[in-house]
Amino acid sequence: MRTNDVMLQTATKVVTFIILMFAVHIFFAGHYTPGGGFIGGLLTTTAIVLLMLAFDIPTVKKVLPINYVVLTAVGLLFAIATASASIIFDVPFFTHAYDYYDLPLFGETSLHSALLFDIGVYLVVVGVTMTIIQTIGEDE
Amino acid sequence: MEIIMSVAIGLMFMAAVYLILSKSLIRIIIGTSLLSHAAHLLFLTMGGLGGIAPPVVSDGVTVNDYADPLPQALILTAIVIAFAVTSFFLVLAYRAYQELGTDNMEQLRGTEDYE
Amino acid sequence: MSLVFLIFLPILAALFIPLLFKRLGQIHTGWFVLLVPTALFLYYATRLPSVMEGGTYVSELSWIPSLDIAFIAYLDGLSLLFSLLITGIGALVVLYSVFYLDKHREQLHNFYVYLLIFMSAMLGVVQSDHLITLYLFWELTSISSFLLIAYWYTRDRSRFGALKSMMITVFGGLMMLGGFVLLSIIGGTYSIRELIAQAPELAEHDFFIWALVLVLLGAFTKSAQFPFYIWLPDAMEAPTPVSAYLHSATMVKAGIYLVARLTPVFALSEVWMWLVAGVGLFTMVWASFFALKQKDLKGILAFSTVSQLGLIMSLLGVAAAAYHVEGAAETYLKYAAFAAIFHLINHATFKGSLFMIAGIVDHETGTRDIRKLGGLMSLMPISFTVALIGSLSMAGMPPFNGFLSKEMFLTAMLSLQEFNLFSMDVWWILFPVIAWIGSVFTFIYSLYFVFHTFAGKHKPDQLPKQAHEAPVGMLISPVFLAVLVVLIFFIPNVIGDWLVKPAVAAIQPFLYDSPQSVDITVSAWHGFNTELFMTLGIFAIGGLMFWTLRKWQHLYDLYPDPISLNRLYDELMVLSESGVSRFSKMYMTGFIRTYLVYMFSFVIFIVLLTLFMTDAFRLNFDNLAPIGVYEIVILFAMLGATVTILVSKSRLTAIIALGAVGYSIALLFVIFRAPDLALTQLVIETISVALFLLAFYHLPQISRKEERMNFRFGNAVVAFGVGLTMTLVALSAHSQKALPSISEFYKETVYTEAAGGNIVNVILVDYRGFDTLFEIAVLAIAAIGIISMIRLRLTKKEDQHENK
Repeated sequence: MRTNDVMLQTATKVVTFIILMFAVHIFFAGHYTPGGGFIGGLLTTTAIVLLMLAFDIPTVKKVLPINYVVLTAVGLLFAIATASASIIFDVPFFTHAYDYYDLPLFGETSLHSALLFDIGVYLVVVGVTMTIIQTIGEDE
Repeated sequence: MEIIMSVAIGLMFMAAVYLILSKSLIRIIIGTSLLSHAAHLLFLTMGGLGGIAPPVVSDGVTVNDYADPLPQALILTAIVIAFAVTSFFLVLAYRAYQELGTDNMEQLRGTEDYE
Repeated sequence: MSLVFLIFLPILAALFIPLLFKRLGQIHTGWFVLLVPTALFLYYATRLPSVMEGGTYVSELSWIPSLDIAFIAYLDGLSLLFSLLITGIGALVVLYSVFYLDKHREQLHNFYVYLLIFMSAMLGVVQSDHLITLYLFWELTSISSFLLIAYWYTRDRSRFGALKSMMITVFGGLMMLGGFVLLSIIGGTYSIRELIAQAPELAEHDFFIWALVLVLLGAFTKSAQFPFYIWLPDAMEAPTPVSAYLHSATMVKAGIYLVARLTPVFALSEVWMWLVAGVGLFTMVWASFFALKQKDLKGILAFSTVSQLGLIMSLLGVAAAAYHVEGAAETYLKYAAFAAIFHLINHATFKGSLFMIAGIVDHETGTRDIRKLGGLMSLMPISFTVALIGSLSMAGMPPFNGFLSKEMFLTAMLSLQEFNLFSMDVWWILFPVIAWIGSVFTFIYSLYFVFHTFAGKHKPDQLPKQAHEAPVGMLISPVFLAVLVVLIFFIPNVIGDWLVKPAVAAIQPFLYDSPQSVDITVSAWHGFNTELFMTLGIFAIGGLMFWTLRKWQHLYDLYPDPISLNRLYDELMVLSESGVSRFSKMYMTGFIRTYLVYMFSFVIFIVLLTLFMTDAFRLNFDNLAPIGVYEIVILFAMLGATVTILVSKSRLTAIIALGAVGYSIALLFVIFRAPDLALTQLVIETISVALFLLAFYHLPQISRKEERMNFRFGNAVVAFGVGLTMTLVALSAHSQKALPSISEFYKETVYTEAAGGNIVNVILVDYRGFDTLFEIAVLAIAAIGIISMIRLRLTKKEDQHENK
């Protein structure tokens, strides 16, 4: 699918970053307001897919040389590691911990180990959806 | 509202099953997609539709006003799984078509006698 | 905590093996692996002094607290002895494998990962105090053994042997699980220590005998006792280091361990004593008899292992009898448990070295067929010496450790005359007689193994390779073991005090309260008594029969093959396969539509039946949400789109209509206050419509032929049934709440317990995090499926090749 639409390409360059920022925002906001790993991951995917539509898959692959299968594996590892970390602290599997910290710039912030798990979810969702789209798209 | 929804869900299930029983692979896949949509609505309806506020903690909202969060959590995961399964089916259909040259289920019949 | 961690250490180390193999392929991966068992061995050795005094160590790690399942590592004399064996022999075997397996040609990363998994599993078996985790590790040993036997998976014999061992040991494992569950029902606990504490009460229970038989089935299958031994000879397809480690020194002794560990629980029963001693003794004589039929070096060793395991098993049976004898600690009966453990150690040393020698012979000459071998004595002098030491020890000759334990074995069997329980006063004589016959055959096959390989005429023309002595590295481990064989003969009491007595005290807590109270000293010379004359008889008759072996060995060919146990196993496998396929052919038509109709009909039937049987169908018009204009409009749009899918001629229209349904649902989510869902649905719908279009674009011309679906009445009836059922379910689910919803708990605690605001997301990552974990795993599996379908492109021809 080769497109050569200057309007689309120019707009995409801007819109992609807006979507990506929104994705990151919605991912971190997920614990308190609507959002989270699933949605954040899907939004990130749409941003990349938009790029792929505006340019073509080889170009996007050159810009983002990510092996999405590895990304999926890393995400799964993240999730499992967070879940099993609790065993080391001798509490049942999957017990999360959180605390409040006073960070510079952010003020009082709560840090939650569930966020780490959510990062795993995020990575898996991005990895899987991108793998699917890329494999199907590349197959001619 | 729940009564109307229940009837609508029934109709969607009906259409989905009818599609799944058809011969063409792509229709079957559309059917499974529709089936998962119907199932999501069923979950939502089962939990009750009466919530006034979304299930997000905010000031001035009492516990009883939240929409039921449990079906929502279930549906959220189900949506993503349904997507993965649908895309799997699509690729399966596509590859089956490439290898066998048909997407008609009547011709795709096979048993272990086939070697 | 720390002990449990040590159990898992090898598995954790296994994670790094593929990396090491890939990055540092120039260095043999075995060298890195060697560190693990060596470190563990040293650690366990530091525990010896206090365990010798009767001390124990416990550490616990809860796993599923709600089901009362935990990893409990319990280190006493028995488990410490086994742990030392596992890590000690493990280290030697790894060292041997470094020279046995070529680093360029073999898939070392697979091999060592399996081996390390096995090490963890085996340590888990011998240290678990919890029955369920014991079972878990037990099955893990079966699985890793399966993987190791099938290491050269391109060979048919390897795959066959692997499957056979898996079938039999997993069958036994499942029986054992049943026994464990019964035990826990009777005793109300999963802890072995607590079960032992209440042993007398347990025996009263009706289930007791069932638990006993089931647990023994597990032990007998694992330790290759008659009639389950048939998997062990086929398991010899594994690489020789594996045979030396799993199928001689450690895994097959898991059954022995289990019997020893549970002796305090089951010894009360007469059935236990008869079964363990009887089956063990019969196995011993049966396998030693058939060892002489074997032509394969490793085959002889396999049968000899089976026979020796039977010997140890029978000793444990006799040890259980001590429970019923007043003051057994003063009689000769006390020797049974001691001899069992002592022989277990000795067997690990001499059989380990023999297996390694068999591997060396195979490696350096290219064959294991004993008919082609011979005269290697002068070509491989060191190997011959080691083989001679191992064989003579196995035969029970002085000055090797096998002599001591064999003597004690005979003593224990003779001691049965001292007590007159269970009609023993008549039948006791059978035990020493059978033991003697078994020992004669053991003597013959030991000589057969060593002399037919190393003595006689050298036949270089029949050997695939030019025979020569093995490299030094390969000889280290067998020589070390052979030195132990001799050393133990001269210092048996040191071994006895350090290793054997603590284990004996753990097997027979009803006799001894501490290892020091085990009053046994081993001596090579104990005067002219019955045992000595029996041993001399073994040497004389055995020597004579070995001398004339060539004259009567062909008699084995007379044994009819069709009635062998192997044939029985094969027939059973074929029968079950064809039986199952005949049954499934009755309803498997090959049409997916038919299967779907079965499924949908069953859904309708079961759901409706439940609704009416439990009187669950209600209609309740309270608590209904008000009907809104927007909702109705969107619903109509959604249903309209659905109908469009059904009646549209073109598939493109159908796909777009499906998108419309999805977007309508997203809008419904907004109205019903589910912002997360709405967002997700919108994004997903966009991506999946794109995917559908992509697939549509790829599907070539024919399938774009536009056609309306033909109306089929049968399908319509099924579809209508499903729709109606779902409506009824939705209505009754709304109209009644049998149980209060757990959502209330989530709503109330989301801020206080989980420190979150978005309840849906907190459920996903915290309350029900486990579900999410599995869900993302499913996602990854779907992605892998898609990749393999598109990238690998297995066409039909390749597929058939794959099945060969």
